[in-house]
Amino acid sequence: MKKIRILNLYPDEMNIYGDSGNVLTLTRRLQWHGYDPEVLFLHPGDTFPESIDLLIGGGGQDSGQQKIAKDLQRIAPNLRKLADNGTPMLMICGLYQLFGHRFVTDMGDEIKGIGIFDAETIAKDKRLIGNIVIETDFGRVIGYENHSGQTYLKNKQKPFGLIIKGEGNNTDDRSEGARTNNVFGSYLHGSLLPKNPVFADYLIKTAVEKKYGKKSTLKKLDESLTHRARESAEARPR
Amino acid sequence: MNTKHTTPIIIGKMIRQTSRLRGGSGSALPGLVVERMYPRFLEDMLKQLPDGVVIVTGTNGKTTTTKVITGALELLGKKVLTNPSGSNFTRGIVSTVINNVSIVGKLEHDIAVLELDEAYAVQFIKRVKPRYVLALNVMRDQLDRFGEVDATARLIQQVIASATKSVVINGDDPHLVAAAKTSNAPVFYYGVDVSLRAQFPTDDELLAKLDKKPIKQSNELLVKLKAYSHNTPTFLVDKKAYVEPFQIQGGYNYQNIAGAFALIKLVIPSADNDEIIEALAKVKPAFGRGEIIHHNGKHIQIILVKNPAGFRQALYAHDEKEDVFIAINDDYADGRDVSWLWDVDFSALKSHGVDMVSGTRAYDMALRLRYEEVPALHVIRNITSALDHYLANSKQPRLKIYATYTAMLAIRTYLIGNRDLGESS
Repeated sequence: MKKIRILNLYPDEMNIYGDSGNVLTLTRRLQWHGYDPEVLFLHPGDTFPESIDLLIGGGGQDSGQQKIAKDLQRIAPNLRKLADNGTPMLMICGLYQLFGHRFVTDMGDEIKGIGIFDAETIAKDKRLIGNIVIETDFGRVIGYENHSGQTYLKNKQKPFGLIIKGEGNNTDDRSEGARTNNVFGSYLHGSLLPKNPVFADYLIKTAVEKKYGKKSTLKKLDESLTHRARESAEARPR
Repeated sequence: MNTKHTTPIIIGKMIRQTSRLRGGSGSALPGLVVERMYPRFLEDMLKQLPDGVVIVTGTNGKTTTTKVITGALELLGKKVLTNPSGSNFTRGIVSTVINNVSIVGKLEHDIAVLELDEAYAVQFIKRVKPRYVLALNVMRDQLDRFGEVDATARLIQQVIASATKSVVINGDDPHLVAAAKTSNAPVFYYGVDVSLRAQFPTDDELLAKLDKKPIKQSNELLVKLKAYSHNTPTFLVDKKAYVEPFQIQGGYNYQNIAGAFALIKLVIPSADNDEIIEALAKVKPAFGRGEIIHHNGKHIQIILVKNPAGFRQALYAHDEKEDVFIAINDDYADGRDVSWLWDVDFSALKSHGVDMVSGTRAYDMALRLRYEEVPALHVIRNITSALDHYLANSKQPRLKIYATYTAMLAIRTYLIGNRDLGESS
């Protein structure tokens, strides 16, 4: 069976708010589409593995972010190379922030990011919390946001989506997340991927086509349950 | 006792009575009025208690542990003032005091045992210093309310620092062990045997590799949970094993009861260990926390689930012969964010499947099961319709219901009406 290798960045430090659901969703959907997923975990200090097809990272607490920040600089050249050649990546919350230039914590400390996104994040007093709906290249994406860092996209940095309900990157503009090539950053938990299979399958299709050629196809999966979950989530108050 | 405070107390009692007659829970309003007329009411009343105030705090197990301590202390001869679950905020406690105090402001109780979540406890200790603090665990729970686990730990640290006589903490929880370092009062630890550690993951271990090394060594523990079967824990206290069948079931409860055991030893140093364990064993589960309800010949157990650690521990005790009903609501009291469902390992349900999924977020739950490849037979969002449907069609005599807080209340009301709810809202 055709193998797809997923790399999960810092699963011990960056795993808050159920972001593990994203890895599970990619794994299962790859299986259902007829591929053989293999999940690798990268811990601080680990050698960066070869031939990675898809990367996933989650949110963490400030303490978790500080623990991995230095290690992230170490693997930054590997990540940039993969980003440049179109490898799909999804970074949620804490790791999204560190994929920008910098994160300024509430104590005024600066954590250096790796600058794949032309963005910076500043911790603010008000936590942005609640159900969120955004419009993206993959239709409406539904999730839950919970962050005190506010992210500002600079110059021509493309967002992941525009806010329909909720706050997104910050309280000043309508942007949510960021997209550079096939690297996506977002504040959406939920987990993000289970309720947004069109986006999940985009990540999968990109990975599969890159590895096995343009003719690779995905199966049509029954998403009736997903539609009901999307409907009820969208109707819930903020 | 000073009689000039008689008027606010009488008025408070009257409001309480009236609002209950009108069908309200009567929890908040009397406290509001009395405190307006008599701002130091709470401090003055609780000051009278000869054995002081116990605060029980932590993420999981507060309600059951508070009930166990209260019940056991009563069996050991103490008159105990306690707050009904669900009113665990200062105003609810004021209301409880109004209910119990005589009109001249006299409390007949020996001790108050109060369940307070971290955020409310921090408010409460500004007014009343507890003599004892029992801290159970720090887990990810309702993060939409508190932000992050580290923030929760900082709140608990303040509560621990406010204890005037003794602090009892779970020695297996690294957040608590760190938080207790700034305690002014002596700190006592309880814990579980190394062989059980994998069943009681701390928050850091929930998704990461389990670090089997205990933080506190056996000789540092006042009470240790050595082993347990479904209803019989073995506690190691003063180098002796105590084995007793309990009314309350479940390993996660026994871990907390080890803490209750340690606390009672400190409150009543003269009580011997046999007496204490006998008293602990007799206490019945709190409502909706492993409570068993008989309904039309069915044996139904309701288990409150509110975070990954609690749900995961409940699933450890899962019996494959039972039907399974899961109800997930996302109202404020449940926590609005359902992301945590993705941190629960549902593989224990694979062979039997889930018979019914319900609640406002039923479809999120069903989707979670889909990705775990656990079959879900039915999904009906409305809890009443789901129960109607399940009960009309199931032939299985035993059912286990896992429900979030407001879902649990709705299910309980359906099965037995409002009785035994006490004052909780």
